[in-house]
Amino acid sequence: MAYFTQQLINAITLGAIYGLIAIGYTMVYGIIGMINFAHGEVFMIGAFISLIGFMICSMLGIGSAPVAIVLVLLIAMAFSSVYGWAVERAAYRPLRGSFRLAPLISAIGVSIALQNYVQLVQGARPKPGGQIVSGGFNLFSLDGFDVRVSWLQIIIVLVTIVLMGGFTWLIARTSLGRRQRACEQDMKMAALLGVDVDRTISLTFVLGAALAAVAGTLFLMYYGVIDFFIGFLAGIKAFTAAVLGGIGSLPGAMLGGLLIGVIEVFWAAYFSSEYKDVAAFGILVLVLIFRPTGLLGKPEIEKV
Amino acid sequence: MRDPRLPNMPGTSMLKDAALTALVAAALGIFIVGFRTVDVGSRTGLAFDYHFADLGVAIVVIFLGRLGLSLAAMGLRWPAIALGVAMIAAGASPMKLPSGFLHWFVALGGVLLVIRAVWPWADQAIHAAARTPTGRVVDKIGTEWVGRGLGWVLLGLAVVMPFTPFADQKTMDLGVLILTYVMLGWGLNIVVGLAGLLDLGYVAFYAVGAYAYALLSTQHGLGFWAVLPLAGMFAATFGILLGFPVLRLRGDYLAIVTLGFGEIIRLVIINWYDFTNGPAGIGSIPGPTLFGAVFAETAPAGGQTVSEMLGIPFHGIHRLIFLYYIILLLALVTNIFTQRMRRLPVGRAWEALREDETACKALGINPTNTKLTAFAVGAMFAGFAGSFFAAKQRFISPESFTFIESAIILSIVVLGGMGSQIGVVLAAVLLIGLPEWFRELGNYRMLAFGLAMVLIMVYRPRGLIGHREPSIRLHPVASGGSG
Repeated sequence: MAYFTQQLINAITLGAIYGLIAIGYTMVYGIIGMINFAHGEVFMIGAFISLIGFMICSMLGIGSAPVAIVLVLLIAMAFSSVYGWAVERAAYRPLRGSFRLAPLISAIGVSIALQNYVQLVQGARPKPGGQIVSGGFNLFSLDGFDVRVSWLQIIIVLVTIVLMGGFTWLIARTSLGRRQRACEQDMKMAALLGVDVDRTISLTFVLGAALAAVAGTLFLMYYGVIDFFIGFLAGIKAFTAAVLGGIGSLPGAMLGGLLIGVIEVFWAAYFSSEYKDVAAFGILVLVLIFRPTGLLGKPEIEKV
Repeated sequence: MRDPRLPNMPGTSMLKDAALTALVAAALGIFIVGFRTVDVGSRTGLAFDYHFADLGVAIVVIFLGRLGLSLAAMGLRWPAIALGVAMIAAGASPMKLPSGFLHWFVALGGVLLVIRAVWPWADQAIHAAARTPTGRVVDKIGTEWVGRGLGWVLLGLAVVMPFTPFADQKTMDLGVLILTYVMLGWGLNIVVGLAGLLDLGYVAFYAVGAYAYALLSTQHGLGFWAVLPLAGMFAATFGILLGFPVLRLRGDYLAIVTLGFGEIIRLVIINWYDFTNGPAGIGSIPGPTLFGAVFAETAPAGGQTVSEMLGIPFHGIHRLIFLYYIILLLALVTNIFTQRMRRLPVGRAWEALREDETACKALGINPTNTKLTAFAVGAMFAGFAGSFFAAKQRFISPESFTFIESAIILSIVVLGGMGSQIGVVLAAVLLIGLPEWFRELGNYRMLAFGLAMVLIMVYRPRGLIGHREPSIRLHPVASGGSG
C-alpha cells in the first residue's frame, strides 16, 4: 500500500507535466484540426531556456529558489511563445487551404529542423541542470516503507493547478477565450462576425507554447537532465494523453496526461521499466482503435 | 507577380517590417544561440560560452534579407538584386566573422534573395515561351519526355553505371544507397502517394525485413534468396496486423499510430535481448550468393567463390556491383508492380480513395480492405529492401531504424511529388546523393533537411514533379504521360 501510494504520487507529478504539454496539442487540433508535431520541440526549447535561465539566475546571485523559479518560468514562457508564434507564422499559416496532410508534413519538417538547430547551437551532450529545490517530508510510514513527498513534487503539482485554473478561466471567461471557441466551432462564421481568425490562431499557438515551456521548466527541475531529443518522446506521450482524454477537450488533456503518467509509472514499478514507452504507445493504439474520440471527446461528424 | 500580402509599402513601413522580423529573430536566438552551455572539466557542471557576436551578425542578415524580400515583392528588383549580390560578396569575402557557418549563412541568404528577385522574370519568360505555338509543342514534348523518356534514360544510365570509369568503391556504395532509398520511396509511394495514407512508421517494416533475414541466416543458415520472399511476407503480415485495426482511422490519427508502431518495433528490438541481441545488434550476416557462390577471397568449406566460378581474379568491387544489380532489380520490380497495380481495379480504388473516401464508400468500395492491400503491399517492399539492407551491411542494429529514417523516406516521396515514380528517383538522388557528396555539411544536413520539408510544403506542395492525377479519368484532361 505504501509502495502504491508512493508510485501514485510520482505518477501524478509526471502526469501534470504531460498534461501541460497535451493542452497545446488539443487546443491546436481543436482550432485548425492539425497535429502540431513540432509541439514537443517547443517543450524541449522551453526546457533549454529554463536551464539557461537558472544558470543566469545563479550568476546574478539570485539565491532564493522561489524567486528564481518564478523568474525562469516567466522567461521560458515568454521566449518559448515566440517559437510557437514563429512556427505557426512561417510553417503552418501559408499552408491553410493546402491539401490535408501538408501541415502535418510541414510540422515534421519543423520538428526535425528545431531538434537539429538546438543540437547544433547547444551541443548533443545531455545537460545536467543541477538541483534547484531539494528536500521533502514523510507523508506516512507503513511496514517500514516511508512515503515521501518532495517539495519539488508539490511545486510541480501546484504550478500545474494554478496554470490550469488560470487557463480554464481564460478560455471560459475572457474575450480571447470566446474568440478561440468561436473559431473552433466555425472558422468562417467567426471571421464573418469580425473575429480576427489569424490572430486567434496565433494566440492559440502562443498559449500552447507557453504551457509547454512551463512543462519544460518543470521537467528540467524534476529530472535534472535534458538533451535536444527529449521533445520527441515527451511530445508523443503528451499527444497520446490528448487523444486519450479526447482531442479538442481541455479537461480531457489534463485527465489524459494524468492517466499516461499513471500508466507509465505503474508499468515501470510493477512490470518492467524497459517497456514503459511501449506501454504508452500501446495505449495510444488501443484508444484510437476502441474509442477514437477519447474519454471526454465529442464524436466527430463527417460532413461532405 | 507581387506578393498580395505585401502591398505597396512606403519605405518606413518596410523598415519597420524588417525591424520586427529582426526583433523576432533576436527573441528566438537570444537564449538558445547567445548562451551556449558547455561542460566544465570533470565536474558535472555547465558554463556559458557566449555567442552574441554570431547572433548579432545573424540578426543583421535577417534584417537585410527581409528588407530585400520586401523590395523584391514590391517589384523593386534591382535594389533587391544589388543587396543579394552584396550579401553573397560579404559571405565569400575573407572578412572576419565569428564562425565559418556565418559566411555560409550570409552567402546563402544573398543567393536566396537574388533567386527571389529574379524569379518573376524567369516565371514570365517561361510562361511567355509556353504560350507561343512552338512553345506549346516543346512543352508537350517536355512533359512527355519527363514522363516516359527520362525514365528510360535514367534506367539506361543505372544499368551501365558499374562499367563506366567512375565506378569506384565510393560511387558504387553511393549508387547502392541511392537505389535502396529509391526502392523504399517507391514502396512508400504506394501507401502515401497512391492510397493517400500517411505512414510515419514505414521503417518498422524495413526493420522487420532486415531482422527476418539477419535471424534466419545467422541462426538457421538460410540463404538470401530463400529469405527474400519470406521477409516480404513477414513484413506484409505485420502490415496487415497493424493495418487491420487502425486503417479505419482518419488520416492524421493513422500517421501518429504508424509512428507509434514504428517506435514500438524499435523498442522491442532494443529490449528483447534473447531474440534480437538488443542494442548490440546482429553481426556477421552472410551476403547474397550468386548461384550458390559467395563473394569472398577464399571459399568456405565445400563452397565456391564467384571469382573461381567465373574464372576471373578476385576483386572487392565485384561484390558491390552484384549488390548494385540486386537492388536495381528489386527497385525495378517495385516500380513495375506499382505501374501494373495502378491499372488494376484495386489500384484505381487506391487512387479513388485518396481523392474522396466518402464517394468511394457510396460506390461500394470497402475502404478498409482497399487501404489494407496498399498497406500490406507497401510493407512487403519495405521487407524486401530490409533484407537487402541486412545482407549488404552484414551488421544491423536498432540504430538503423529510427524515426528519422521514416521521415527521410517520406520526404523523398513528398519532394518527388506524391504518386510520381520518376519524382522519387530525382528526390532520392537529391536528398541522399547530394548530402553524401557534400560531407562537410555534416550536422547542418538534417537542419537543412527539415527546413527543406517545410519550404517544399509552402512553395511546391505538389513536389518537384507534381503528379497526383488519377491514372484513369472519366473525362481525360490534356496532360502529360503517366509518370
